[in-house]
Amino acid sequence: MSPGTLAVKVRGLSKLFGDFTAVDAIDLSIKKGEIFGFLGPNGAGKSTTIKMLCGLLLPTSGNGTVNGLDIMKESEEIKKKIGYMSQKFSLYDDLSVEQNIDFFSGIYGVSQTKKIERKEWALDMAGLLDRRKTVTRDLPGGFKQRLALGCAILHAPPLVFLDEPTSGVDPISRRNFWNLINEMSKAGTTVFVTTHYMDEADYCNRLALIYRGRVIAEGTPNDLKQKYMTSYVLEIETDRVVEAMETLNRSGIETAIFGSLLHATVDNMEKAMPRIREVLGEAGIRTERVERIVPSLEDVFVSLIEAA
Amino acid sequence: MIKRIRHVVIKEFIQLFRDRRMKAIIFVIPVMQLIVFGYAVTTDVKDISTAVYDLDRSSESRELFRRLEASGYFRIGYHVSSPFEIQGLMDRGEITVAVQINHGFSSDLKRGNQAAVQVLLDGTDSNTATVAMDYANRIITKYAKDLGTGRIAVSPFGVELRERAWYNPELRSKNYNVPGVIAFVIMLTCLLLTSMAVVREREIGTMEQLMVTPIRPVEFILGKTIPFALIGFFEMLLVTAIALLKFDIPMKGSFLLLFASTAIYLLSVLGMGLFISTIARTQQQALMATFLFYVPAVLLSGFMFPIENMPEVIQYGTYLNPLRYFLVIIRGIFLKNSGLAVLWPQILSLFMLGILVITVSSMRFRKRMR
Repeated sequence: MSPGTLAVKVRGLSKLFGDFTAVDAIDLSIKKGEIFGFLGPNGAGKSTTIKMLCGLLLPTSGNGTVNGLDIMKESEEIKKKIGYMSQKFSLYDDLSVEQNIDFFSGIYGVSQTKKIERKEWALDMAGLLDRRKTVTRDLPGGFKQRLALGCAILHAPPLVFLDEPTSGVDPISRRNFWNLINEMSKAGTTVFVTTHYMDEADYCNRLALIYRGRVIAEGTPNDLKQKYMTSYVLEIETDRVVEAMETLNRSGIETAIFGSLLHATVDNMEKAMPRIREVLGEAGIRTERVERIVPSLEDVFVSLIEAA
Repeated sequence: MIKRIRHVVIKEFIQLFRDRRMKAIIFVIPVMQLIVFGYAVTTDVKDISTAVYDLDRSSESRELFRRLEASGYFRIGYHVSSPFEIQGLMDRGEITVAVQINHGFSSDLKRGNQAAVQVLLDGTDSNTATVAMDYANRIITKYAKDLGTGRIAVSPFGVELRERAWYNPELRSKNYNVPGVIAFVIMLTCLLLTSMAVVREREIGTMEQLMVTPIRPVEFILGKTIPFALIGFFEMLLVTAIALLKFDIPMKGSFLLLFASTAIYLLSVLGMGLFISTIARTQQQALMATFLFYVPAVLLSGFMFPIENMPEVIQYGTYLNPLRYFLVIIRGIFLKNSGLAVLWPQILSLFMLGILVITVSSMRFRKRMR
């Protein structure tokens, strides 16, 4: 892949704090315009990695580029072309919505001609068009979060780093926020996002799982689900759930009830599917449907971390 | 660059005037310090509680007591009849001075013999005791002279002293204290405001946010300090105005020099504030660090205790104390009309100290941005 199509490309990136290795020689390649999810438990090294890419922390070793600029030497240049938003929604609580926007657009050096347009855009995006004079402290969390994002991208950067942007925000606001991320991505912005909400991982184009400073898995959400789950989950729909479960368990197929359905975990899908229909048919139970379902990413990551 | 600094300055002022605590710092500190140094702490000794022990009971002894009281320095509250009473009163702290005139005082005077007056002082407050002794000495010497004998044995000197204090002829401690308040107020407010303002950004996370923007450390530092420099000038004007109007402090020197030296003083004070902000992680720590610096700085400024009396090591330490220089400058301007010709060594030292402090703090600052 030519470097021109990559927003981030790093090799062997490491950060040591004293004896502690926070990030251990990771490689990352992120294509322009994609939503790249960086997942992992707390303390795995997500924030440290982001801080190195943004030029907040000097890497201990490694090399690479962000927007084609050297992370070791050109961090100040990089800062002009990225947006960064952390879980703290770093706004000035005692300034009004408008004053926050004016301040950040001044700091980013947004040109006089674009200033008003960008301000209205940010207000609109945050849903704060009619609350521009409100002191930021008085805003609900979801609005603060969107305002923080707006302030971080007033200069329309081609690459945005979001460090746990949805932590501490209610589910509706989270969903709305992901819609924003999607729109940004469609408009061509590359989004690098960390989260520990596994349901959010499905919104990403590509994922990397970081654990104890190392990337232990990488790929699209579907890749990960298929590649890293060794057994299969089958969903079974019948007219008599409890009897069906008892019958199947007696014949050696592990099942569990999920609502009005049964889930069976099997190693060999090709053999198991006809066998299930056969066993249930012998018992006089009607089988509506047997199909393979995709395990959730949560299952994948739990099994990966346990294996690591 | 100018634009970015301007944005930080504007933001800082908006925050400053929205924060009640900060406003309190700006207005309450000068008023409090003026009250303390203008009214409360005064080294002028007046109305010293005094007991007299008159064994002579003559018109001469009574005249001496009348003169002591009439001076305004001594307030005779007790006429005692035994030395034990004096001891008791002094132990309880009810009197600072006791004057004893023995039997035969008037006859000695009449016969032209040496007459004696005993002045007993509570030496626990050595400052007051010395001043009281001096006053008593003068009054008694004068009395002896008026009697034409010159032979009351209080003054051991055969030489007559004629004292005259220059620049502050009445030796009003206000004249000494109040200009000092300008120095103290500027230091305390600027240290507090600067260190708190920077540390607060670190606490709430906006510092991190700013560090990923293209803002340069120098722009941030200037944007953060310019507002407080302006506040510093405001404080200087406020205290000067009150000093002139309310406390009748003479302002003999040039306002221009006062402005210029304040600007130079601000360099080191703001630099110290910045330095504190690089070591403190929370606003409480910044507050603690400010006072940890401020209190010794005042004590070791030469304001209360002469620097020449301090141990040598400490004396060298005071060279790093901006107050040491600025107090001399400001009193020189207010009371002596000293100009650049006299004050330049102080001003130059203050300037170099300021540059040193600003440089060190900025370097530490840059490191933390990494």
